Amino acid sequence: MPKSKIYPSFAEAVADIPDGAVIGFGGFAVVGMPINLYEALAKQGAKGLTCVSNGTRGGSTMPSDAPTMESLIGNDQVKKVICSFTAPTRASQKLVFSEYYEKGLIEAELVPQGTLAERMRAAGAGIPAFYTPAAVGTELAEGRETRVFHGREYLLEEALPLDYAFIRAWQADAFGNLRFRRSQRNFNPLMAMAAKVTIVEVEEDILPVGAIDPDDVHLPGIFVHRLVKIPPPPEGWWPQRPAEIAKLEAERSAR
Amino acid sequence: MSDGAKGLTRQQMCDRLAMEFEDGWVVNLGIGIPTLCSNFDFGDKQIVFHAENGVIGYGPLTGAGKEDLHLVNAGGQHVTLNPGAAIVHHADSFGMIRSGRIDVTVLGAYEVAENGDFANWKMAGQKGGGIGGAMDLAACAKHVFVAMEQVTRNGRPRLVERCAIPVTAKGVVDLVITNYGLFAITPEGMALREIAPGVSIDEVKATVGCNLLIPREVPPVRLRT
Repeated sequence: MPKSKIYPSFAEAVADIPDGAVIGFGGFAVVGMPINLYEALAKQGAKGLTCVSNGTRGGSTMPSDAPTMESLIGNDQVKKVICSFTAPTRASQKLVFSEYYEKGLIEAELVPQGTLAERMRAAGAGIPAFYTPAAVGTELAEGRETRVFHGREYLLEEALPLDYAFIRAWQADAFGNLRFRRSQRNFNPLMAMAAKVTIVEVEEDILPVGAIDPDDVHLPGIFVHRLVKIPPPPEGWWPQRPAEIAKLEAERSAR
Repeated sequence: MSDGAKGLTRQQMCDRLAMEFEDGWVVNLGIGIPTLCSNFDFGDKQIVFHAENGVIGYGPLTGAGKEDLHLVNAGGQHVTLNPGAAIVHHADSFGMIRSGRIDVTVLGAYEVAENGDFANWKMAGQKGGGIGGAMDLAACAKHVFVAMEQVTRNGRPRLVERCAIPVTAKGVVDLVITNYGLFAITPEGMALREIAPGVSIDEVKATVGCNLLIPREVPPVRLRT
């Protein structure tokens, strides 16, 4: 029997992450963000990390004290961020990331969102590089290889392999077959396919092997290595409706 | 007039662009002003809203307290799903974009040039910026519409001869709505197509930074009746 993929805690699931690891963090606008794994990695303390994520902060359903990539950056754990936003989407928002980046305390590689997704898809599909029309003629393409196909110019982009993927899923069986709910899928399966080791925080109780119909599996367990069930709030981190966030924050601070 | 600016309201601006959407079109709306296009009453037209995060066929926003915490559009807004909706991951979502399945994207912008270049991801002198899906969409959607204010907060023109800040894509914009009017990018240059009520031709000319093709008769911007 191979070792069980089910880990009893987030701390144990991230215990071996070394300094300098390249880690992809799934999620988009809070949905599918591995909030509990962010917290575990912040406590674990690995440094010099390269972090891949669409952005560094969530949205209105993220509890304001919830850990995000902002926490890792503020802890000085991050060397470089690969993302599609270094600046907040609203001028009124302030990001630790933007502040660190503007002061030169952190590196950033800004990538168009579709290119970011495809670079990880390519890594997971055994494709070393591909050509895309996105960013042709822009500052991002300066000094880089382009090629004309059928009369149109394309930019060469390389695959983005990851050491680890941290993702969040709705359902999992013990083999690691995953299902996502609604817009939770986003970058999550792509990061898992690009990674050597995929760690998943799971919303529902982990099911016995075979409980998910093969036709309904969104990401096969061969791409998944570690599973942790998210405890109910306030112990575990869950997105909340804005009205509920204030109540939970009060409970947490009373603990 | 509202939103503290002269001419069209932001909703009127988006309504005018939404009138251009054709039956059956797949539409992607950028963050900010463009999201208002989904409030337009499309009547019998079937319009499919595509979001970069893989939600194909989303519907109206949910009310407070009714949010599905697993479902947002690309602006992070909690939306509903229309009958026939589908969910894909990010790579498939952008595959649809790059392979030309998106009929129109409506984006915000800092500047649009008379040759169809536009800039919306970083401001002058800014380190880094916010690209999101704009470069993929701008390069690949069949039509690129822009919704933005006529001038910057400091009164500087946004419709310009050449973009002064780094572009998002070159030569892609078809149509621009501002609070002052509707503008088309043509092979001959930037053309004023319709003018907002309460705005004069001279005011339009004084607030652009490029040559403007102005027909003898400029109709008023068509508004929802």
